[in-house]
Amino acid sequence: MNGTPLRELVPAVIGVLVRRGADFASAEDAVQEALVRALEAGPQERPRDPKAWLISVAWRKFLDSARAESTRRGRELAVAAEPADGSVPATDDTLRLYFLCAHPALSPSSAVALTLRAVGGLTTRQIATAYLVPEATMAQRISRAKRRIAGVGFEVPGDAATVLRVLYLVFNEGYSGDVDLAAEAIRLARQLVALSEEPEAAGLLALMLLHHARRASRTGTGGRLVPLAEQDRSRWDSEMIAEGVTILRSALARDRLGEYQAQAAIAALHADARAASETDWAQIVEWYDELLRLTGSPIVRLNRAVAVGEADGPQAGLAALADIDPTLPRYTAVAAHLHEKAGALGHAAELYAEAARTATNPAERDHLTREAARVRHRARTS
Amino acid sequence: MKYLLLKHYRGGPESVTDHPPMDQWNPEEVDAHIQYMKDFATRLEENGEFVDSQALTPGGTFVRYDGAGRPPVTDGPFAETKDLIAGWMVIDVESWDRAVELAGELSAAPGVGGEPIHEWLEVRPFLTEPPTVTE
Repeated sequence: MNGTPLRELVPAVIGVLVRRGADFASAEDAVQEALVRALEAGPQERPRDPKAWLISVAWRKFLDSARAESTRRGRELAVAAEPADGSVPATDDTLRLYFLCAHPALSPSSAVALTLRAVGGLTTRQIATAYLVPEATMAQRISRAKRRIAGVGFEVPGDAATVLRVLYLVFNEGYSGDVDLAAEAIRLARQLVALSEEPEAAGLLALMLLHHARRASRTGTGGRLVPLAEQDRSRWDSEMIAEGVTILRSALARDRLGEYQAQAAIAALHADARAASETDWAQIVEWYDELLRLTGSPIVRLNRAVAVGEADGPQAGLAALADIDPTLPRYTAVAAHLHEKAGALGHAAELYAEAARTATNPAERDHLTREAARVRHRARTS
Repeated sequence: MKYLLLKHYRGGPESVTDHPPMDQWNPEEVDAHIQYMKDFATRLEENGEFVDSQALTPGGTFVRYDGAGRPPVTDGPFAETKDLIAGWMVIDVESWDRAVELAGELSAAPGVGGEPIHEWLEVRPFLTEPPTVTE
């Protein structure tokens, strides 16, 4: 067994089967079966050439099920039993798989599941555990996704934006399980950057690295959320930050700005400040203006109001908040923060408590409840 | 996104049909109702949307800590509580609208004479993991 984890071989092996005439859905199933068998094998049984082994086991499994299917339908088997290996480089196949698995016809959760299995080489069980659903449900979700894209040719170029969106979702939905999804998203983004010239792919990888570098400082004891301003910056991974900044610089130099590059630029400015008080908020506001121009997203507008509050004072932040829809998630938390900075402690405490009641995750809810308590205490003792 | 579809023995808005309790239906009507629930769960599994389904007995007891070295205090069961949970289904779907759509279908389970019972179901979103990227 060489150093490459088995799952990293999966997209190339699927590619070989498809080149030999298998349809994508059957090829992907066969490779998954071969992968599970290899993972269950004891150390003595592990093949010396895992890729050749996966190809031959998966191909046999594919032939078995294709034969069963053609017998059932009373048809000839459409593929040759012993074809030569395709001469197309595996990298091209891998890139096509990214596009296919993130096809716009798929719902986000289906695209995520299919990408993790066919491109990431994870098992159905690992994906199911990570997303806290039964294995049978995840298996069905993947089968349905493949049926949905059954008519899409392997050769048809896809949409880079949906691929990036899928990887972003994998990174940002920090679910648990024995697979580190954030690290997996980074691996898949890194591989994508190696295969594609798209500056936004590099922007997304930079964004992931710059956020991942802060991971150790983001939670305190008992999973408690530590906000950016209070994080122990000495625990940030400076090597990862440096890598993210380098990747971002070369992406920006290509002069095709997109939302991931702009978000990464904001993360880089935070990473650049040795203390929260040294943050270059004026420049961050400029990047939010760019991001707003690119996306028009109300969430960007909300985050921009926070930055304006830091750059130009809480009144300016509250003014920036004025034309934003108050039903947006985290709107009330932002309003609470700005009112506290403006000195309206009683009002801020009430807003923090209200924000806690409408939080969508327990960590944020607990954090906001603690903030409400802290500001109430401040109001009493000031 | 995960949602809880909560079934209540009692509580919630007033019923829109005057179905007798299930133990007064025909056995065939009971079977048809249970089969509908099973088929619904199977279909959700085939859709990749099923997470869990459980039913609860009507009886329950409240329990609380009563200080170090002392056994927990129990209270109840309360026969007449206003709100009584009967069971739930957990689904993992793309949107709130899809959750509401599915709850509507589940509520159409057949009762007496095979007519939909129009049962009120409560739909509650799960709290999630915090996102990594927030600024």
